[in-house]
Amino acid sequence: MAERSFAKEVQDLKLGEGDQFRGEGILAITKALLQSGVAYVGGYQGSPISHLMDVLADANDILDDLGVIFQSSASEATAGAMLSASVMYPLRGAVAWKSTVGTNVASDALSNLASGGVTGGAMVIVGEDYGEGSSIMQERTHAFAMKSQMWLLDPRPDQECLVNLIEKGFELSEASNTPVMLQVRVRSCHMTGEFTCKDNKRPAFTLQDAMNNPKRDLGRIVLPPAAYDHEVEKIKVRMPTAIDFIRDQNLNEVFGPTGTDKTGKTGLIVLGGMYNSTIRALQFLGLCDAYGNSRVPIYVMNVAYPTIKSEVDTFCEGLDAVLVVEEGQPEYIEQSVTTVLAREKRPTMVHGKDYLPMGGDYTAAVLTDGIGRFLEDHEPKQLGNRAPVPDPVPTLTSPVIDRLRDVVPARPPGLCTGCPERPIFAAMKMVFEETGTHHVSADIGCHLFSILPPFNIGATTMGFGLGPASAAAFNVKGAKRSISIMGDGGFWHNGLTSGIGNAVFNKHDGVFVIVDNFYSSATGGQDILSSRAQNKRRKTNNSIVDAVRGIGVTWVRQVDHTYDVTRMREVLNEALTTDAEGPKIIVASSECMLNKQRREKPKVAKAIKGGKRVVKEKFGVDEDVCTGDHACMRLSGCPSLSIKELDDPLRDDPVASIDDTCVACGNCGEVADAAVLCPSFFRAEVIHNPTGWDRFRANLSGSVIRYLQSLRENRAVRFEDQTT
Amino acid sequence: MKDDTVKLDLKPGGPATERPISIAIVAMGGQGGGVLTGWIVDLAETHGWVAQSTSVPGVAQRTGATIYYLEMMRPGEGGQKPVLAQMPTPGDVDVVIASEFMEAGRSILRGIVTPDRTTLIASSHRSLSISEKTAPGDSIADSSAVTDAIGVVARHEIVFDMNAMAVQNGSVISSAMFGGLAASGALPFARDAYYDVIRKGGKGIEASIRTFDAAFERAVKGDETPPVASSDTPLPVAILPERLRDRRADAMLTRLRTELPAQAHGFAYLGLQKVVDFQDPAYGDEYLDLLCDLARRDHAANGDAHGFEFTAMAAKYLANAMTYDDVIRVARLKTQSTRRQRVADEVGLKDGQILNTTEFMHPRIEEVASVLPVGLANWLKSRESLYAWLNRRIDKGRRVHTYSLVWFLALYFVGGLKGMRRKSLRHQTEVAHRDAWLADASQALVKNYALGVAMLTFRRLIKGYSDTHIRGQSKFEKVMQATKSIAERDDAPEWAQRLLTSAIKDASSDDIDGTIKTIESFTRA
Repeated sequence: MAERSFAKEVQDLKLGEGDQFRGEGILAITKALLQSGVAYVGGYQGSPISHLMDVLADANDILDDLGVIFQSSASEATAGAMLSASVMYPLRGAVAWKSTVGTNVASDALSNLASGGVTGGAMVIVGEDYGEGSSIMQERTHAFAMKSQMWLLDPRPDQECLVNLIEKGFELSEASNTPVMLQVRVRSCHMTGEFTCKDNKRPAFTLQDAMNNPKRDLGRIVLPPAAYDHEVEKIKVRMPTAIDFIRDQNLNEVFGPTGTDKTGKTGLIVLGGMYNSTIRALQFLGLCDAYGNSRVPIYVMNVAYPTIKSEVDTFCEGLDAVLVVEEGQPEYIEQSVTTVLAREKRPTMVHGKDYLPMGGDYTAAVLTDGIGRFLEDHEPKQLGNRAPVPDPVPTLTSPVIDRLRDVVPARPPGLCTGCPERPIFAAMKMVFEETGTHHVSADIGCHLFSILPPFNIGATTMGFGLGPASAAAFNVKGAKRSISIMGDGGFWHNGLTSGIGNAVFNKHDGVFVIVDNFYSSATGGQDILSSRAQNKRRKTNNSIVDAVRGIGVTWVRQVDHTYDVTRMREVLNEALTTDAEGPKIIVASSECMLNKQRREKPKVAKAIKGGKRVVKEKFGVDEDVCTGDHACMRLSGCPSLSIKELDDPLRDDPVASIDDTCVACGNCGEVADAAVLCPSFFRAEVIHNPTGWDRFRANLSGSVIRYLQSLRENRAVRFEDQTT
Repeated sequence: MKDDTVKLDLKPGGPATERPISIAIVAMGGQGGGVLTGWIVDLAETHGWVAQSTSVPGVAQRTGATIYYLEMMRPGEGGQKPVLAQMPTPGDVDVVIASEFMEAGRSILRGIVTPDRTTLIASSHRSLSISEKTAPGDSIADSSAVTDAIGVVARHEIVFDMNAMAVQNGSVISSAMFGGLAASGALPFARDAYYDVIRKGGKGIEASIRTFDAAFERAVKGDETPPVASSDTPLPVAILPERLRDRRADAMLTRLRTELPAQAHGFAYLGLQKVVDFQDPAYGDEYLDLLCDLARRDHAANGDAHGFEFTAMAAKYLANAMTYDDVIRVARLKTQSTRRQRVADEVGLKDGQILNTTEFMHPRIEEVASVLPVGLANWLKSRESLYAWLNRRIDKGRRVHTYSLVWFLALYFVGGLKGMRRKSLRHQTEVAHRDAWLADASQALVKNYALGVAMLTFRRLIKGYSDTHIRGQSKFEKVMQATKSIAERDDAPEWAQRLLTSAIKDASSDDIDGTIKTIESFTRA
């Protein structure tokens, strides 16, 4: 079960012709797919696509009703290959993933798909933000679109535009026999908005129709000589057809003065996703109102690739200079526009990265500066009286802010309260205190937070499921063994073969820790092969241990309760020192606490209400036993474990303290024991609705305890004021 | 700016255009920023405004810092929709709502709080960052830097502990922040409209409204409770009781009052109680003996001119040194009746419920041997194989069920070993260490008053149990030795202070080693 439920929101997917939809971008995307009559949908989670996958999963009944097949793909490569259903059959299909990382994984499939081309509309929805929210923030999906010749749509952040572009995108794909990519940015995925709905469409041709009447065509398969024909087809047929379609359907837009009103000498060529920030920048410069009525002509490229020569040519007519607004590098669009105008020997000068930064997010502030300087040079009168633009610099340069800069601490993300991965890294840190540090190859997932304080464990991360593979070279007998870490998500994504299989085959001597928390947790708790929950639509409960044994591993240890720090440390030590040959695999299994709490909390509350005996636990710290050294913090980083100042003038340092969000996972106590830290930690157990036996025992021991306590306490010398 | 317009020979670029109201919510993952964002969007839309919110889920959910951003505006003539931005522009944000105090500080550093337009609504409570928690001593960020900055950069400010208010009213912080927003008047909507939005939600409506109201009132009326003195202020002059009911205690109080300078009374009285509670009245006398001796040295070193700081610091740190953490002390603390009460309060124990606690103890032979009488302990240590054999039996984690009869009796028994404590190996070790420390400080005092005081404060480094305790002691030694090596220099106290600070802030001791290197470089020169 995923972290966020869209059970309520997906009901809006049933809205029909003329209804007004209001909601988040990911729901608008899903609605657009249904309005387009898709036959199948797939994908792999990863922000910002995780929530799109969650929406699809929660909407499964609605998809069933429409005859749409939905799969949680094993990886982006699987999802990409899934689109091959559209090669021979008039089936519309869409897959989604996080880009550019997911596109890297899917590239093999996409190259083949784009070569042979498609019959039914095929769309890849990539969640991309050059910059914010992305993992490899400096790369652009644009490059993949160009190299495989897939059309790249980049809609203006407006749901009406987004939905229209998805619908038209399928038509474009079919018209030009080419798969299409649609890129949406993080903030657009989670942006609220509205649009007017159409009815959902059942696929006219179904997967069943295709399976019962299979077709093949050697000419669509990527083998010479067909592959040579594909190249010619791409250049001579598909590209010109696409250009015609894009132009005829007006997928790109022009704003601002046109025709005889277009008297200025400058214009802006803006990538769709950049539109809102550009409008805000123009507003700051006094060139536009809040409703987008601009005094500067703007050509908005909702289709980022290919460039429509005739449109560019027409737009630039009469302009001395245009500024291209595209984030990131290389400046593909600027180059493309320059080529178009140069070939036609047009006098318009093309600018872009000479006024705007080569890298970094194009915020309204950045654009205001760049566009301002562009106009200053090429058409200063547009800037008029140069209204003051928002400027935080005078505020930020005041001395009181300088002091603040030194005070505000960084707040890196970390493992959640009660996370079962915390004790794994606590144990590893303790092992390193004895043996010295080892080379650790990290992976992608929640466990990557180990690279940050307080654990500071992990040297590299090479991609999802590639933690073990990235330790491949460190296979030297007699050296300090390397350790690689991988989550269960990465394991099933590709790690089983790329990492573990590789290590078995090459007789790798290292230690491989597989963190098994029952979900794809970092992306929001989606189910995977080894999830322990029953899922009526998927087959879960497939053992990781069996899988690694199946691939040839002989040394494998499973720790079924990661919170047992002592055991965790023993197993790590054993793996690092054993004489056994081949990879040493540790499967560390305990359920993701976020998911566990979401499931258990309501159950416990209900049981207590129903009068059942329930023991509720919480950890605490005896503040007079704690000495304020904070050694426990350096082995924890739990959000519920903090420090507090004492109201005791004799004590200088704040002591450990556990707040109400504690879920009694036990890590504090186990660490205090295993690392022999201190006896300050205790677990408080409150028995709700105790039984008669509970009460009898408590009364008996309670009376003895109270007697002994008063005996000792009455004897103590007290400093009581006589006057009070 | 009007003057500039006149001077330029250019026509105005266009009419000043109205901009949307912009609101940034800065929060940490899981603090209900999403709920609050949803409420505000709803509030705007029900009034016929166009509203748009954006957020960046992902790692920020996992306790990191994040921003929710929203803009709202009336539709234009003919229903034209405004084009709304997806990210805040520094210098152009109308309302910033911060769910934690350092996050308020961070929003100021981002430039989204500016004096010309920003209303800052912030909760003054702290949720400590990892760096503040992991330092081996006090490293909590100074909130006054944020308070001072808010005073300079915010156009309006509404700052109070919204978290406490929410908890008090059985709700979450988003309700309190929503109340603060309503009270700020930054949005042109009536108070009732806010209620309507909250009521549309499913759960905890009454608690949310209670919290909303409390926050609204607090924001409108301002703070009614007097400001609490910050913990950094020096101890106020102690008001000692006239007479104590207990005769022995009263005798010690009289001695304290007559033999020690008034400036040290506060610490000395607290220290005396701590020491007596740790052992017995005789130990309290020993504390006073030592302290009075130090006070005499203080007098001789012209302590009057220094406010008898040496004696005051000695009163504080000597008490801590004398109440070292041994198993007897831990056993006594764990079996006290006040301890059980504190835990019961912490978990909100109600009638009809039963409380138990489990301790995570890991005694080693070192701890056991150290409470034995000196002779026996040394004999045991000399018998290596026996010592190791015993350790194998003792050295393991034990889950102690404090309030089960058997375990309680065991702990109670250990606590009762107090009588033989002063004969124990641990006591001998502690006394030797204590005497050496006091001798060093007293010696330094003669030539350099501040240095003597600084050496007393080094005691702060010794804390914790087992390995932590050993690390603390070695840090203490390092700092003490380095300071002694430059004791002749006039600036020795500053260096001593610097060494102490590095030792407190940095667990790895890289910082101390760095400072020591610097010191060595000029002692060699």
